[in-house]
Amino acid sequence: MSSQLWIVVAGCAVVTALIKGLGPAVLGGRALPARSAGVIGLLAPALLAALVVTSVLAEGQRLAVGAKTAGVVLGGFVLVRGGSVLSGVVVAVVATAGLRAIG
Amino acid sequence: MQETAPDPPPVAQPVPRESFRAGMRAGLPFAAVGFILSLSFGVLAREVGFSALGAIVMSAIVHAGSAQFAAISILAGGGGAVAATTAAALMNSRFLPMCASVAPSLAGGWARRAVQGQAVVDPSWAMARRAGGRFDRHFLFGATAVQYVAFVSGTAVGALGGSVIGDIEALGLDAVYPAFFLTLLLAELRDRRSRLVALAGGMIALALVPFSPAGIPVLAASAAAFAGLARRHRVSG
Repeated sequence: MSSQLWIVVAGCAVVTALIKGLGPAVLGGRALPARSAGVIGLLAPALLAALVVTSVLAEGQRLAVGAKTAGVVLGGFVLVRGGSVLSGVVVAVVATAGLRAIG
Repeated sequence: MQETAPDPPPVAQPVPRESFRAGMRAGLPFAAVGFILSLSFGVLAREVGFSALGAIVMSAIVHAGSAQFAAISILAGGGGAVAATTAAALMNSRFLPMCASVAPSLAGGWARRAVQGQAVVDPSWAMARRAGGRFDRHFLFGATAVQYVAFVSGTAVGALGGSVIGDIEALGLDAVYPAFFLTLLLAELRDRRSRLVALAGGMIALALVPFSPAGIPVLAASAAAFAGLARRHRVSG
């Protein structure tokens, strides 16, 4: 493995540790302002929705709908109908693979 | 180790060991999915020139699937080390607000808190949140522990057995990652407000995709959470 790739490994480890450690190190035990509780509660839906849509609809800087999009939508149906995490993911994977196989 | 937490939790004091175990149980399904996710990372990393050891070490010391995928996709596209690391940093930038939100629920001096903050990964963070914006840190640690073991193991299997596993896309394994986040998202859509914020976050991200590097759309989507501020302000007058 080239030294360039080891630099990527080390670089990613360092930036991730810094990003995750910064808030806790700087804020310490100080309570966040009371009003921030509402914002914190809504960070998850905002960030997770963004992660989902970008991972199914973005290919680099291009927006695209494909087998993966349809597969994840099918997996989502299973989840909404009360399926387990694993069943939802398995349906998404199988549907995506199936659509690619016939497409 | 005896626990003498200086910061009083808002409701009942959770028993650390029980919280840790509860976290481990809650983390198991995500560990299973993380295993498949990291397996595909292991395969893809080998394809862009990583040794098996390099891929495993990366998962062991970075433990951030989205950032690792971002980095190798830059490398696969011919990008250099700086570009790949920057992409990973941008993808992980969402952990800035996430870890800041956890800060008051951690314990110890600044260094110990910074180390504890490393335990924040998406599923653990979402599941460890308690009333009043607090977090159950032992639950968080337990949930992340099982996911960490699965993530590193999955990477090892993918990196060492890639030739047996075959084409990640033909197998549909690239759908694991979005489906994984979709399970977390659906659990968050409890009321009308969280649905609206999710919708807004998704729209912000999609609108920025054509104009910004990977990671930035997701970070920018966190702005939608400030709806929580406005609402509360209006209610409290």
